Amino acid sequence: MYSKKVLEHFTRPHNQGVIKKADGVGIVGNPTCGDLMKIYIRVKKDKTKGEVINDIKFETLGCASAIATSSMITDLAKGRTLHEAMKISRDDVADALEGLPPIKMHCSNLAADGLHAAIKDYKNKK
Amino acid sequence: MKQIYLDHGATTPVDKKVLASMLPYFSEKYGNAMSLHEFGNEANKALEKARKSAADFFGADKEEIIFTSGATESNNLVVKGVLRAYYDNIRSNLPKISSNLRVPHIITTAFEHHCVLDACKAAQKENLAEVTFIKPNKEGIIFTEDVKKAIKPNTILVSVMYVNNEIGTVQPIAEIGKLIKNYNSKLPITNYKLLFHTDATQAINYFNCNVNKLGVDLLSMSAHKIYGPKGVGALYIRKGTAIKQVMDGGGQEGGKRAGTHNVPGIVGLGTAISMINDQGTKNKKNEILKLRNYLIDKILKEIPKTRLNGSKIKRSPNNANFSFQNVEGESLLIMLDAEGIAASTGSACSSGSLSPSHVLLSLGMKAEEAHGSLRLTLGKNTTKKEIEYTISKLKNIIEKLRKVSGNVLGDYYQAKK
Repeated sequence: MYSKKVLEHFTRPHNQGVIKKADGVGIVGNPTCGDLMKIYIRVKKDKTKGEVINDIKFETLGCASAIATSSMITDLAKGRTLHEAMKISRDDVADALEGLPPIKMHCSNLAADGLHAAIKDYKNKK
Repeated sequence: MKQIYLDHGATTPVDKKVLASMLPYFSEKYGNAMSLHEFGNEANKALEKARKSAADFFGADKEEIIFTSGATESNNLVVKGVLRAYYDNIRSNLPKISSNLRVPHIITTAFEHHCVLDACKAAQKENLAEVTFIKPNKEGIIFTEDVKKAIKPNTILVSVMYVNNEIGTVQPIAEIGKLIKNYNSKLPITNYKLLFHTDATQAINYFNCNVNKLGVDLLSMSAHKIYGPKGVGALYIRKGTAIKQVMDGGGQEGGKRAGTHNVPGIVGLGTAISMINDQGTKNKKNEILKLRNYLIDKILKEIPKTRLNGSKIKRSPNNANFSFQNVEGESLLIMLDAEGIAASTGSACSSGSLSPSHVLLSLGMKAEEAHGSLRLTLGKNTTKKEIEYTISKLKNIIEKLRKVSGNVLGDYYQAKK
């Protein structure tokens, strides 16, 4: 039911872990539906590009697709400017994973929301 | 990679002896059991032999067994057919007051299989019945006293499963049977008799299913849970029970279930059920119980923050159901599958619905505990080696998934405060 890419990211997730004293943190999802995701970002100011996501990590309690989307979002967002990162959508994540089962598109495809929440948290703290 | 099948609660492999008994009825003895010629006679004979095997197993008469497509159909037939008979009876006996018919009452449990639960809910929605859903206790056991308290003058059916399919807990069917017999004996003779049904699908392999010991009027079963084929089941209907067919068509099964007989399937059911009380099978049951206890003890001991769901004592010998904190069941299942181990979970993700197992929630568990559940159901071919392998893989996988989830659950609740 899952694509090869999803299984790859699920079994060997990228950038899994915690950033201590992160610049921004986003928690999305809820225990009722079973998926909870926490995205940590570190932001660096680049002279030419502006504010860039220098480091990103995640912790996720959830199904295989929740973990795979978390892993994928960290790949997609790393090195991007905050402006670019805000534009990464749920569909972008699903596409990069070579698709998700229809039922997962809605409930477990939370990673873009998590990233956006972390960026907003960073902006609020400023 | 070696495959380890620990999902016998979902289905079982067809036993070789069962398969061999079925094979002639596909291309050689292919008659329709309702036909009057020799082909038909041949099929009918096989059918009646299977019926005898099932009847013997349940301590019933042959005429009290009908064949269906499985437990889902049997259970639907019970709920819908009992209601249909009730309305027919009331209408024909009391034509004058038919305009203000009393809506009958059904008692069932909150953790039945969906085929019973949803059939009852559909009846409720269509105003054909009012329904009480009795909750089990934390251990997954229904109290007879709660059934007693729920009975009302208009109650016509009590349906309680024998063994719960997810947590394997055993319900006091014989005790409830006594209660209902006693209740019926005090009713005026003119009153509508209260019927007792049990869905015994998960009980057939391991528990006494004598219908008189249990005191049931109706009992459902399915062949594919007992090393028989899929797509065939049976329903025991005590003589004189008011129930009407739901499927309209030919007059098969005494008019209770229309549709051409699945002869090979029914033959398979007959062989499978006749093997259950073999001495060899009995010895196997003890082995399964020992292995299962070993599995439970070792997992609870070696994997921290783990709980067993459902009573350890009042439990089917082949069932283990755990919840692992900070782990989600579907991830767990897929990781196990990658190691060749087949299991199941009460997580929503596995079922195609958005909420986790209604069974686990009915025990008062939190959604995240239900999401983190794993059911392992052993079978007659399960070996100690397989159990050891499963335990060691499970330990690694849980550790890995807990690392991925970190403290996100705790952080979530902290943020909610």
